[in-house]
Amino acid sequence: MLEFLESIMPAGPLAVFVFSIIPLKIILVYALFAIWLERKVAGHMQDRLGPMRVGGWHGWAQTIADLVKLIQKEDIVPAKADRMFFKMAPFIAFGASYGAFVAIPLSSSYIGSMFDVGIFYIVAITSLLSVSIIMAGWASNNKWSLLGAMRTAAQTVSYEVPTVVTILSVIVVTGSLNLMEVTEMQSGNTFLGFLPNWLIFHSPFMVVAFGLFFIASLAESHRVPFDLPESESELVGGYQTEYSGMRWGLFMLTEYADMLLLSLVGVTLFFGGWNSPFGSFLDGPLWGAFWMLFKGMVLVFVMMWLRWTLPRLRVDQLMNICWKYLIPLSFVNLVLIALWVMLF
Amino acid sequence: MATVKEKAPEVSLTDLGEAGDGLRTQEMVINMGPQHPSTHGVLRMELTLDGEIVVRAVPHIGYLHRCFEKHCESMNDYTKIIPYADRMDYVAAMSNELGYVVAMERLLDIQVPERVEYIRVILAELQRIASHLLAVGTFGLDIGAFTPFLHCFIEREKILDIFEKASGARLLYNYIWVGGLMNDVPADFKRDTAAFVKSFRPAIKDLNDLLSYNKIFLERTANIGVLPGKVAINYGVSGPSLRGSGVKWDLRREDPYSIYDRFEFDIPVGKGEAGTTGDCWDRYIVRVHEMVESLKIIEQALDGMPDEGDVQESIPKKIRPPEGEIYARTETPRGELGYYIISDKSTSPFRIKARAPSFVNLSVVSAISVGAMVADMVAIIGSVDIVLGEVDR
Amino acid sequence: MVKLLHDSYTTFKTIFVGMGVTFRHLFSKSVTVQYPDQRDVLPDRVRLKLHVNIDDCIGCRLCERACPVDCITIGTIKSTDDDDLGETSTGHKKKLWLNEFDIDMAKCCYCELCVHPCPTDCITMVEDYEYSVYDRENLILSFAEMTPDQIKEAQAKFEREEAEKEKQKEAKRRAREQQSNDSNDTAGNGNAGESET
Repeated sequence: MLEFLESIMPAGPLAVFVFSIIPLKIILVYALFAIWLERKVAGHMQDRLGPMRVGGWHGWAQTIADLVKLIQKEDIVPAKADRMFFKMAPFIAFGASYGAFVAIPLSSSYIGSMFDVGIFYIVAITSLLSVSIIMAGWASNNKWSLLGAMRTAAQTVSYEVPTVVTILSVIVVTGSLNLMEVTEMQSGNTFLGFLPNWLIFHSPFMVVAFGLFFIASLAESHRVPFDLPESESELVGGYQTEYSGMRWGLFMLTEYADMLLLSLVGVTLFFGGWNSPFGSFLDGPLWGAFWMLFKGMVLVFVMMWLRWTLPRLRVDQLMNICWKYLIPLSFVNLVLIALWVMLF
Repeated sequence: MATVKEKAPEVSLTDLGEAGDGLRTQEMVINMGPQHPSTHGVLRMELTLDGEIVVRAVPHIGYLHRCFEKHCESMNDYTKIIPYADRMDYVAAMSNELGYVVAMERLLDIQVPERVEYIRVILAELQRIASHLLAVGTFGLDIGAFTPFLHCFIEREKILDIFEKASGARLLYNYIWVGGLMNDVPADFKRDTAAFVKSFRPAIKDLNDLLSYNKIFLERTANIGVLPGKVAINYGVSGPSLRGSGVKWDLRREDPYSIYDRFEFDIPVGKGEAGTTGDCWDRYIVRVHEMVESLKIIEQALDGMPDEGDVQESIPKKIRPPEGEIYARTETPRGELGYYIISDKSTSPFRIKARAPSFVNLSVVSAISVGAMVADMVAIIGSVDIVLGEVDR
Repeated sequence: MVKLLHDSYTTFKTIFVGMGVTFRHLFSKSVTVQYPDQRDVLPDRVRLKLHVNIDDCIGCRLCERACPVDCITIGTIKSTDDDDLGETSTGHKKKLWLNEFDIDMAKCCYCELCVHPCPTDCITMVEDYEYSVYDRENLILSFAEMTPDQIKEAQAKFEREEAEKEKQKEAKRRAREQQSNDSNDTAGNGNAGESET
């Protein structure tokens, strides 16, 4: 795709620039849509309608209006806060999740960079997120923020272990860390004929692996029932307590970008990435992008559905689930998948 | 105007303690409230934390103090007290009115007509359901489940609609008057109430599916904030919080007022199904069961209610009670509400004292929250179900 | 181990049951009303705003006295004998000029205690709930219809009549005193009191 852009653009750097901000545009448009969708899902699950007024049809412009409001707001920094870190934290948070999109193959002809260590890079750069949250919590100089930040640090570090192990079990099957190659392996149909050749249909243990990955990714992106860092009924706002205006908006954007990122990683690893579910029907670069985002949005919807259904776990129970159940289970699953690969 | 610059107060930290391996730790004092989202109003809890474990919890109250008692004593009419009584426990105003009116009728020795008694019981039980719905919903909200809260509100709105049709107000009714009612109930009162009773039973099933027996909810509430029956009695806890501890005590049965002795209903108590008797989940589930029992009372009362009758025939022209004093207690959704009224034969009370159940129930919070985590504090406060309007009065 | 399996089974079962409930609600009809476009039908007895039909008010101040928060202020001037203020629609004779009838809706607690004692049913709760204002002063509703001139006139008239009445009374009293003095005089009993008056 970069070659295509270079051929139609007069200057090389401009083509690279356009090329590199495509994910940003996708994230921004997606975030506007996802926040609207979240409100709609919440509303209808609670027998309400959600936003209805702004923009006419079912309040589609509500998020845009909110964004305009957030930009207009005063940028408040508490007097006792550590100014530099307080101001920096939201950007680092967003940078961490934006940076990860570079290795995601959005379509058969678009990937930011053909890393050979793509998935490894994603795992590594998303760890920056916990650093930025600790930064925000500590720099706010607020006890609630501090508690929220500490919880996040513990949560993110712990849940990275099952995430990585489940990703590893996929790597055992594919033998490649490059997500583009992982996706290309999943095209076509299985030997059964009707199921697409996605990795989730590879073996029964892959279903377990996906379950573990999904639970861990819920925790990684701080969604219910693992939304302890910002649990508003306990910690006021967690690490976001002192933030307002666009800095808070960036944290919000990060949360939604994270949801999309982890959903896309899940889709790439288990659901065939940009491959069409109907074999060669509706296939091609543009349809690929559509299928990728569509599958991602389905997972995002499930995350929202869970959020409006479940209560929240307590911090020690969260750790229990991770260390006592998820990690042993994911290791056992890794061994079983490896055996399956050896035998068949 | 010069602003007074005060030195920021030093954070009161206790002495450095010593944890296991010579690691020095400090306790942290943190203020939960009065602007905290889950303190149900303006309660301030001063928490001393060791990490996330609560070492000490001290409630500070008074942010909503409105001088209820002195205000009532300065009124020149006993009738004018009813709107103030409404504002004590503002999510269960009917029950508060009923408590005050029962006390006044005993002082004045008024016998109210049969029809009025039945209407009052129906209203009070509807109010109990409405109040428990709010308690149950906000408890879920504290644990992090948002949807059950609004599902509860849908049902609560139906009750408020019935109240609005009868009295004209949705929250603070001033409907039950000394000796009768403000107006007769509207013609379709019976039909509306019966329709509500019919539609409410499936709603409870939904609530149980969505929240009560959810494993995460059970994990969060079972074995948390255990209040043994004995401790509860010693602290004077009453209402569902007491029954959650396994003590079968309900004033509707033990000391019947109005016509509660005519109805058949069970008194649900906490049995420790999920964990220990007297934990947060027991207090929660007692409220859910009580809503079903209230439905039974409403059904019986609807059957027994006379269709005709003047609801205002025994309202006195001017309330001027004889010299004397009265203490009357009633079972509100939150527990035992007592009114102590001293009359000096004038048109206003010489002294009026309200024993507010929330105030007494709040006192037990600091006893049962030691050793809990910050997240459990929220569950404990929610399960005791206080209304700050009543705590502060 | 068995317990662990059972626990995880109940965990997933209850989660899926809960998700089923929310999914069902996703397609159920919304209970909310799109307020400015649609409006709820309110029952007849709603208590939303006080209204006074000033033509029917006889200035008896029963509502003012019944109010627990003192939000009603009534000022009256007695009418003179030659004024005919007419009758209310309920047949009560009006005897007082109403120069002031203010209700402070900012103070009102919507208890409706003022509505019930009114002998002419002129103070009522009406179905109007959209009266938010920017200044609290604007929530004071004035129902009195008299202009300042009219008030002054009525006041002056009343004072004049009062003075006249006073004079008449004085005259009467003097006449009575005169009479009694006269009778006293006829009894031939002292003359001390008269010289002072």
